[in-house]
Amino acid sequence: MGDPPPAPDLSARQPSSRRSSQVSEQRSQERAQLPPAVPDGVQQMPLDAQVLRSSQEILESQANLQSWSQGASLSPYEQLAMFQAEEAQLGGMEYPSLNRGFPSEFLPQPYLDGGGIQVPGNASLMQQLQQGRGNVFQELESAYQEPRPDLLGQFSMYQREDLQFSASAQHGPYMSDDPALQFSPSELGFMSFSMQVPEPEPRELAVQNAKAYLLQTSVNCNLSLYEHLVNLLTKILNQRPEDPLSILESLNRTAQWEWFHPKLDTLRDDPEMQLTYEMAERQKALFVRGGSGEGEQDMEEEVTETAVPNIMETAFYFEQAGVGLSSDESFRIFVALKQLVEQQPIHTCRFWGKILGLSGSYLVAEVEFREGEEEVEEEEVEELTEGGEAMEAHGEEEGEEDEEKVTDVIPKPTWKPPPVIPKEESRSGTNKFLYFVCNEPGRPWTRLPHVTPAQIVHARKIKKFFTGHLDAPVISYPPFPGNEANYLRAQIARISAATHISPLGFYQFGEEEGDEEEEGRAGRDTYEENADFEGIPVLELVDSLANWVHHRQHILPQGRCTWVNPLQKTEEEEELGEEEEKADEGVEEVEQEIGPPLLTPLSEDAEILHTSPWTTRLSCSLCPQYSVAVVRSNLWPGAYAYAIGKKFENIYIGWGHKYSPENFNPSLPGPIQHEYPSGPEIMEMSDPTVEEEQALKAAQEHALATAEEEEEEEDEDEDEDADD
Amino acid sequence: MDAESLLLSLELASGSGQGLSPDRRASLLTSLMLVKRDYRLNCMEWSLLPPATDEMMVQTSVVKGRFTGDPSHEYEHTELQKVNDGEKVFEEEVVVQIKEETRLVSIIDQIDKAVSVIPRGALFKTPFGPVHVNRTFEGLSLSQAKKLSSYFHFREPVELKNKTLLEKADLDPSLDFLDSLEHDIPKGSWSIQMERGNALVVLRSLLWPGLTFFHAPRTKNCGYIYVGTGSEERTTGPGDPALKQGAEGWNVQMREDGGWKWLWEVTARSPLRKATSCTQMRAAHRSGSPTHLLLAAPQAEELTNSFQ
Repeated sequence: MGDPPPAPDLSARQPSSRRSSQVSEQRSQERAQLPPAVPDGVQQMPLDAQVLRSSQEILESQANLQSWSQGASLSPYEQLAMFQAEEAQLGGMEYPSLNRGFPSEFLPQPYLDGGGIQVPGNASLMQQLQQGRGNVFQELESAYQEPRPDLLGQFSMYQREDLQFSASAQHGPYMSDDPALQFSPSELGFMSFSMQVPEPEPRELAVQNAKAYLLQTSVNCNLSLYEHLVNLLTKILNQRPEDPLSILESLNRTAQWEWFHPKLDTLRDDPEMQLTYEMAERQKALFVRGGSGEGEQDMEEEVTETAVPNIMETAFYFEQAGVGLSSDESFRIFVALKQLVEQQPIHTCRFWGKILGLSGSYLVAEVEFREGEEEVEEEEVEELTEGGEAMEAHGEEEGEEDEEKVTDVIPKPTWKPPPVIPKEESRSGTNKFLYFVCNEPGRPWTRLPHVTPAQIVHARKIKKFFTGHLDAPVISYPPFPGNEANYLRAQIARISAATHISPLGFYQFGEEEGDEEEEGRAGRDTYEENADFEGIPVLELVDSLANWVHHRQHILPQGRCTWVNPLQKTEEEEELGEEEEKADEGVEEVEQEIGPPLLTPLSEDAEILHTSPWTTRLSCSLCPQYSVAVVRSNLWPGAYAYAIGKKFENIYIGWGHKYSPENFNPSLPGPIQHEYPSGPEIMEMSDPTVEEEQALKAAQEHALATAEEEEEEEDEDEDEDADD
Repeated sequence: MDAESLLLSLELASGSGQGLSPDRRASLLTSLMLVKRDYRLNCMEWSLLPPATDEMMVQTSVVKGRFTGDPSHEYEHTELQKVNDGEKVFEEEVVVQIKEETRLVSIIDQIDKAVSVIPRGALFKTPFGPVHVNRTFEGLSLSQAKKLSSYFHFREPVELKNKTLLEKADLDPSLDFLDSLEHDIPKGSWSIQMERGNALVVLRSLLWPGLTFFHAPRTKNCGYIYVGTGSEERTTGPGDPALKQGAEGWNVQMREDGGWKWLWEVTARSPLRKATSCTQMRAAHRSGSPTHLLLAAPQAEELTNSFQ
């Protein structure tokens, strides 16, 4: 810091300003009250010290002070040192920023502001001192009376009053316009005396003791009031708010908060609110009404035709039941569904529920398209099956390539995959409805693919949390065929089949449907609303589970609602695999799976470990007349239904997990396959030992030698023959 | 959640679909007010539950299934006890009666100890030990609110003592005096997400499904509510007969891994080759109740099956 040390400035300024500001005019008045000259002489010494200090270095004054008030109960030297260290630090810290804001004529007196910062605290303390005569004051009193035991009682009393003022007078130069200074004429009156018989050290001591008091840290916090006030005032002076007094309370609070939350890095924070604004912007679109002028004219027609369900009504009833989302969220879902209905060719629409996920939740809408509006889905499916075929074709090609080489034919596996059970067609069984999901109202709705039986079968074996991302892989054992969207769809199908219930009689089977078609199957799979349904009294609904029926088809172990014989081949397959089929014939006959028929009462549901799978109750026991009947599923925690009069609704809000009294036990991997039986044909020949090799070598050499000998003999013979 | 802000808290926690119906809400508010006034025990069927003990926990841990709603209901549990009759030792079936009240107390205590949550900074500790409410707490900032490390277990710290000096170096002793959720075992047992367009952060426990903690960033609003079946997510232990049956041909063994965390390995070895396949299931063993193993919720299902 380039600033001069503030303390000498302080000491140099004190006497002159005191003289100029308060003292001169009241001097005569004060003199009249003066006691005899004896104390005057005694107090001459401090004056000398004062003069000395005004002209000399601050260190000397400290020494003086120390010698002067040795009897003090608190060591003034230490306090002074602390005080001045504080001042220096304070000054150094503040000047650069403060000076920037000041007019140039203020600059030569930089400490003015530093002193000003201290003023409120000291001033208020002064008032305290005067009123309460606290410990500090008494300490002070005793401190500087000790060296003068011969003082007159009157004088000592006088001194006490003088002391009161001396502390404030010491800050005179910095308090010229401070209200604390304008106490009363009588108090000011002592100034002349204090001038004539100056007592700077006691005053300074008082200030320092006061400051020491302020600097005390409390037991449960290492922040002192002094530091806090300094921080606060620094903040105010730096920021220069419009009306500091009115926001003092909040400034006070934030100053302390910032102390607890130090800003360690200088990097600028992320624009945190951006996502929030983005989301609000998205949701704003929901609240804007579609058309402008023309739209209003069509309003009447729209009102009659919309497929959007009355979410707010069902939300109200579910709130009575103690479940469901808050009304705010319900309304957002309502407008989001409205948006969905406007975007898609939707015939009926229903809010299915909410599935919680690890990083996001799914809002699920159950819809039915108008007739002939499902081409998109079919195309997707075709792509998928084509992909599968392509894979198979590729496999065949590889096989052919291998066969070309022929040298080492890879044996074909005897294992054949179990036959794929065809999935149910749109608008039937598990695929009766289409489902749209979105993470939050306002985000785009995504359509879920149809579910396949294999997915349902595998979903029963695993227990996974949803992540909130539809394209997330489902890592599990046994492996799940598909990603999270497929898993979600499978769980939705399972939950719907198990928990969608309605009061008995609300739905009935269509009359025109013949029995012969459904012979031997799970029963008829369509129903219609019963126009004559009068509603079941709420109390009866609560009393008996027989008054509630499932209106979704039971899903068979196969993963379908209607059973198909997996061994029954379609024509194409028969052509392809005729030869292989002959071998399989007669091996097994699959037994047909039969589930409970549609509209079966809940009372026939299986128990979970001696517990009923359903719990019924009245929404409000205090007034049963107006309450609704609430049914809670114990098998799928989170599934609820209510009914009152002709109205009923189902909802599911939960993790998408089925309840099981036993702990979830992931299925273990299958048994290990046997090793290939090790026989001589796959045994590797053991390497010969050195001895064997040598023996062999020797044998070979021997053989060679004998052969040569023989040859030679033969040659000889030949020679002999030739000779012959 | 506090009685004063019950309505707001219920509204904020409603994202999980669980709440209280208007009549229950109203009666709860009334009765809580009365409880607060004179600690009367029987106003609108409040009854004081006895404090939970470890003994209770061991005793009730054998009970499975749902609560009945009747505190005086008694579960019957048959257990085998060894009886010394002279020189012979034979096992005798003893029926133990366990009151639902006891079980409820034990479960509440377990939930409190396992998953009660408080945001960082809401409490502070003085150097002398006492913990105070931080009146300057103005909520977490948005970036902090998205991190699990900003939330603490509202219980006596357990893990903190086991931390190394290096790990403790970055902690502020006046604020970080509780266990952070970040290092919970099993890892990933919390779901943290933003709701209402980033205006509300919601934590859900996966170990105790039904526990929802909410906090609106930059406000003091926070709290948690448990609405659930009172059952913890668990997986089977190594002694489970179902597992032994399923794991035929497999070698199931427990392996200790750092303190009280256990790995449960299911391996298969062939005499001729090195490990032909290996499946690992993770389970965390909870100290104090050796009969139960926690499910490492999301991971436990993700079994790796590698064939080498």
